[in-house]
Amino acid sequence: MTKGYRMEQKADRILMAGELLLPDVPSFLEEIEGILKQKNSTSLEINLTDLKKVDSAGALALTHIEEESRKRSLVVAWKGMNDDVRKVLNLIDRQALNLPPLHEIEKRVSFFEATGDLCVKIAHDFYTILTFVGELLVSIPYCLLHPRSLRWGDILVNMRRTGADALPIVGLLSLLIGLIMAFMSSLQLRQLGANIYVASLVGIAIVKELGPMMTAIIVAGRSGSSFAAEIGTMIVNEEVDALTTMGFHPIRFLAIPKIIATSIVVPLLTLYAMMFGILGGLIVGIIGLDITLTTYLKESFRGVELWDVITSLLKAFTFAILIAGIGCHRGFQVVGGAEAVGEATTSAVVTSIFLIIAADAAYAVLLHYLG
Amino acid sequence: MVEEVIVVENLQAAYGENVILSDVSFQVKRGEIFAIVGGSGCGKSTLLKYLIGLMRPHVGRIIVEGVDMATADDETINAHRKRFGVLFQSGGLIGSMTLAENIALPLKEVKKIPPFFLAQLIRAKLSMVNLAGYENHYPAELSGGMRKRAGLARAMALDPAILFFDEPTAGLDPVTAREIYDLISTINKGMETTMVIVTHDLELIFRLAHEVILLHSEEKGIIAYGTPKQLAEFEADRRVMNFFQRKSP
Repeated sequence: MTKGYRMEQKADRILMAGELLLPDVPSFLEEIEGILKQKNSTSLEINLTDLKKVDSAGALALTHIEEESRKRSLVVAWKGMNDDVRKVLNLIDRQALNLPPLHEIEKRVSFFEATGDLCVKIAHDFYTILTFVGELLVSIPYCLLHPRSLRWGDILVNMRRTGADALPIVGLLSLLIGLIMAFMSSLQLRQLGANIYVASLVGIAIVKELGPMMTAIIVAGRSGSSFAAEIGTMIVNEEVDALTTMGFHPIRFLAIPKIIATSIVVPLLTLYAMMFGILGGLIVGIIGLDITLTTYLKESFRGVELWDVITSLLKAFTFAILIAGIGCHRGFQVVGGAEAVGEATTSAVVTSIFLIIAADAAYAVLLHYLG
Repeated sequence: MVEEVIVVENLQAAYGENVILSDVSFQVKRGEIFAIVGGSGCGKSTLLKYLIGLMRPHVGRIIVEGVDMATADDETINAHRKRFGVLFQSGGLIGSMTLAENIALPLKEVKKIPPFFLAQLIRAKLSMVNLAGYENHYPAELSGGMRKRAGLARAMALDPAILFFDEPTAGLDPVTAREIYDLISTINKGMETTMVIVTHDLELIFRLAHEVILLHSEEKGIIAYGTPKQLAEFEADRRVMNFFQRKSP
C-alpha cells in the first residue's frame, strides 16, 4: 500500500508533503521515532508547506513529535503550516491528553478479596430474596381478599404462555426421557430376565422425580427467564417507575399474575409430562420388549400410588412458585441497561434450577420421614 | 465546482406496502450541514436509514460519495459505511464496553496502531466532545447528554467524510444542547465534515444548517427546500410557516 505522505530529512529539517491520515500514522510514527533517535542537535524544523491534509490521527501524530522532542530536549519549530492543517490541529486539546482518567479500570482482585465480595453478594442476595418473599406474603393475601385488584386477563395470558405454549416441548422431552430410561434399563434387566420391571422403574422414576423436575427445569428455562427479561426491560424503560407513580404496586401488578398463572399451570404440565414419560417407556416396552399394553400399564401403576402423584403435584406447585418468584425478583433487581437484563435472565434460570433441586432434596427427606 | 456527496433522486421509502415517502429528491454538498426536518411521523428517521444503507431503495436512487445504495452489493456498502459516522438518538453506545472500548471499536479496523497512540487517539476524541478522562466509564454511568457526546466521539473515530445525526439534541437541556451545537460547528469547520442532521430543533437549524428540507406526513415528501432563512421567510405554504415561524432565534 502506498503512503499518502512523504517525509524527507535534511540536516535539522524535516520536509513533509502529501496527506497524513490514520492508515499511514503507524508507519509515520515508526519513521519519526527513527529520526528522533538519531538526532544529536538541539533543534528541529518541521516544514509542512507541502502537507496538504491531515485528519485528527495525523494531527495527533504531529503533536506526538513535539512531545517526543521535548523528552529529548529538542526544540521543534513548525514552518509553513496551512490553514486546513492548523484547523485540525486546533481540535486536539494537548492539555487533556496528559490528564489521568477520572477513574481507573478495576484491577484484578486477590482470591480472598474475591471470596469476601462473593460472600457479601450472597448475603445481600439472600436479604433481597427475603424482602421479596416478605412483599409477596403481604401481596398474595391482599389479592385474595381483593380479587378485583388482580389482573385476571394477565393471568390468563401468562397461563397460555407458560402452560399451553410449553405443551409441545414438555411432551416431546418427557416422551424422549421415558424412552431413554426404558431402553437403557432394559439393556440391564433383560440379562436377568426381568424385562417386566422396566415398566415400574419408568413409572416410579417419572411420577416421583423426573416428571416434576424436568417440567420445572423446562419452565424455568422458558418462562422464568422470560419473566426476568420482561420486568428487567420494563425497569430499564422506566415503565415500572411509571406504574409506581400511577399508584400501582409493581409486585401486585407484575409479579402476582405471573406467580398465580405459573402455580396453576406447572402442576398441570407435570401431569402431562408424566403421561408422556410413561408413553415413552410404553413404546420401548411394546416394540422392544414384547410386553402387552395392559401388562405394561398395570406394571407401571403397581409401584405408583395416588399419594406419590399428590406429593409430585405439590412439588410441582412449590417449583412453580420458586420459578416465577425468582424470575420476577431477578427482573426487579435490574439496574442499568441491556447487559443487566441479560445478567438477570441468566441468574433467574441458574437460581431457579438450583432452588428446584434443593427443594426436591428437601422434599425427599421430608417425605421419607413422613413415610 | 461544488461537489455533491449525496444525491437522492425520486426516492420512495416504504415499510412493506406502507409508503412513508415518495418522490423525494435532494442533494447534499461536500462540507455543508444539511438538515432534514419535519413533524413526528413524517419519515425523517426512515429517510436517514435509507441514507446510511440500513434500508435499500426499491424505487428511486441514492448515491452517496459515488456509490449507488440501491444496486451496490452488501460488501461494497459495508466497506463504504466506514466513510460514514452515525450518531444515533440515544448514542448507540455498547453498554458492556467502556467509552474507550466503544471508541476503539472502529479504530481496530486500522492495523498496527501502537497501543500508546490508540490510547492518545481515544483521549483526543473524548476531549473533542469534552469528555476527557471518562475513558474508563461505562455508558450507564453517564447522563443522556454525555452519552450523546460519547456517541459522537465514536462516530468521529475514523474521521468520517459524512456524519449523520439522528435528533442530536432531543431530550437535552438547553445548555447541553448548545454544547452539541458548538461541537457540530467545530467539527464541521475544523474537519470540513459533511453533516446530515435529522432534527426538529429550530435553534439548531437556524444556527448551523446551510440547507434544509421540510418533510410532511400527508404529502409523503418534501414540502420546502432551501436555506433556513429562505424557509423562515416562506409564506406561500401555511405548513412551512407553522414550522419555521414557531420561534426565530
